[in-house]
Amino acid sequence: MFRFLALRAGRAILTLLICVSAVFIALRLAGDPADIMLSIDTPPDVRAYYRDLWGLDQPLHQQYLRYLLSAARGDFGASFADDRPAFAAVLEALPKTALLGTSALLLALLVGLPLGVLAALRHNSVVDRLAMASAVFGYAIPIFFLGILLILLFALKLRILPSAGSDTPAHLILPMVTLGLPLAGRLARFARTSTLEVLGKPFIRAARGRGVMPLSVIIRHALPNASVPLLMFLGIEIGGILAGSAVVETIFAWPGVGRLLVDSVATRDLAVVQAVILTITVIMISANLLVDILHILIDPRLGGFRQAGGARA
Amino acid sequence: MTTGLDSAALAPLPLRSRPARAAMSPIVKASAAFLLLTVLVALLADWLAPIHFTTQNLAARLRPPLSESGGMTYWLGTDQLGRDILSRLIFAIRTSILIAVLGTLIGAVFGTLLGFVAARFKGLVDQGIMMLVDAQAAIPALFLALTMLAFFGNNILLFIVLVSIDGWDRYTRLARGLVVSEQESEYINAVEALGARPVRVIMRHLLPNIVAALVVQATLNFPGTILLETSLSFLGLGVQPPGTSLGLMLGEGRRYLLNAWWIAVFPGLTIFLTTLSMSLFGDWLRDRFDPTVDRR
Repeated sequence: MFRFLALRAGRAILTLLICVSAVFIALRLAGDPADIMLSIDTPPDVRAYYRDLWGLDQPLHQQYLRYLLSAARGDFGASFADDRPAFAAVLEALPKTALLGTSALLLALLVGLPLGVLAALRHNSVVDRLAMASAVFGYAIPIFFLGILLILLFALKLRILPSAGSDTPAHLILPMVTLGLPLAGRLARFARTSTLEVLGKPFIRAARGRGVMPLSVIIRHALPNASVPLLMFLGIEIGGILAGSAVVETIFAWPGVGRLLVDSVATRDLAVVQAVILTITVIMISANLLVDILHILIDPRLGGFRQAGGARA
Repeated sequence: MTTGLDSAALAPLPLRSRPARAAMSPIVKASAAFLLLTVLVALLADWLAPIHFTTQNLAARLRPPLSESGGMTYWLGTDQLGRDILSRLIFAIRTSILIAVLGTLIGAVFGTLLGFVAARFKGLVDQGIMMLVDAQAAIPALFLALTMLAFFGNNILLFIVLVSIDGWDRYTRLARGLVVSEQESEYINAVEALGARPVRVIMRHLLPNIVAALVVQATLNFPGTILLETSLSFLGLGVQPPGTSLGLMLGEGRRYLLNAWWIAVFPGLTIFLTTLSMSLFGDWLRDRFDPTVDRR
């Protein structure tokens, strides 16, 4: 198991290295970093300072090493917009995205999970149809369209919720629902499938046969066994939540990392773009690593078997 | 001998057909009809649009649906520059569908090729390609596309390539898995023993046998590709004015929500119905044609 963990952690670091290298390569392919990173009206001496700082006169492999080192320190240069370190801007925005992401996830768990389990228990009933319909909705609705419909209804027509900013808890509601509702639909479908699968297993039938109360069968036997696929689902969806937050934060003027990225792409503020993308990569890779570790802790059988290239489509 | 093998390989579907699953439910029929309509609209945009999508009529700005001005009926209203929403919608459908189709094709061909290469060469090449697949899976396609747009600036060719980012790793994984499992089968051993070269084995024997699974994967990926294009255009970082796309229309309409909901709602509804139909149709297609999926 420890060997597996070490292997898995090694792969995570390697993946991160590939991503950092890809950013480095893309940046060099895009042109002279001093030209695209600094604004046009930068004085020549400042330009020379940065050229020296980034080692642009040195051979490429030394530039690469320098880039890796500064990336490891979180040093991506200063933002055009306000001249402060790019990474500081990311750190400032990160809690807002974390708040939005976790509350959306909570909402999805609170709505989607019971709906999915109920749908599995009442297979082919109205609840089941409803759960499946909401799942299809969750897969197909463009998140920006949902956000706009919610703004139209709750902010502009009914005037009961604010549509922009992050000052009060009420500001959280619309972005959270926009991000969480489609996720709840997808989760319901997933929970339904895994519960149905577990319910068909012999040990559930055995427990039922022994006369264990239905509710107790679900809580004591079915749910713990359905938790592994649920964990996998969350691992897959982290990327979706992050990507969704870029759109949702932009619509609702929520000052998180996603909005920071969109804004800095629009102004080509490349120091911030790099800081954001590599932060997101680190979050994604650590989250997936965490999911894998939890996975073995829940189900030790997997430790020895899962091979490199593990996650299947 | 080879022709016998080929025709059998090219026609695996009828052999495996499942009449019980062949029937289309009314919902799937409606989805297919809607998709057909979208494709027709995209193809015939020049004939269908009442006027050109950039023609302005400043005397008729922000008119609601079904309003008339200067002898012309604006069925879906007009935008802030008095442009006909219906005409813009028709051309936006053409742009969005074209980009999504091209993006899907590029992603599918590139991803499948990489999968073949990984499966045939094994070893270091395989490891390297699968590492790329893992790295891709570590960054959401939207973020990767945004970063590349920041580095390289926006142009339509780059944009189409970026849209293809969503999903190439899935084709690679799928193609690699299918080829690895097919390689062990007897008919591949047989054609290889007959002296067929690797390219021939892949193109004439392996590909026909996994093409159904790949097509299904492409169908299931298509909504994601459309959403990636529309999201980027919505954020103002994709298709640029004076061009038009469903996401761009929605993004422009966002500013006029209070006075003119129709600018944003019609393109939004079109995107929703397209992705919805494609998912429903894709699910049906998978159940009907893909022998490799585990269905429940």
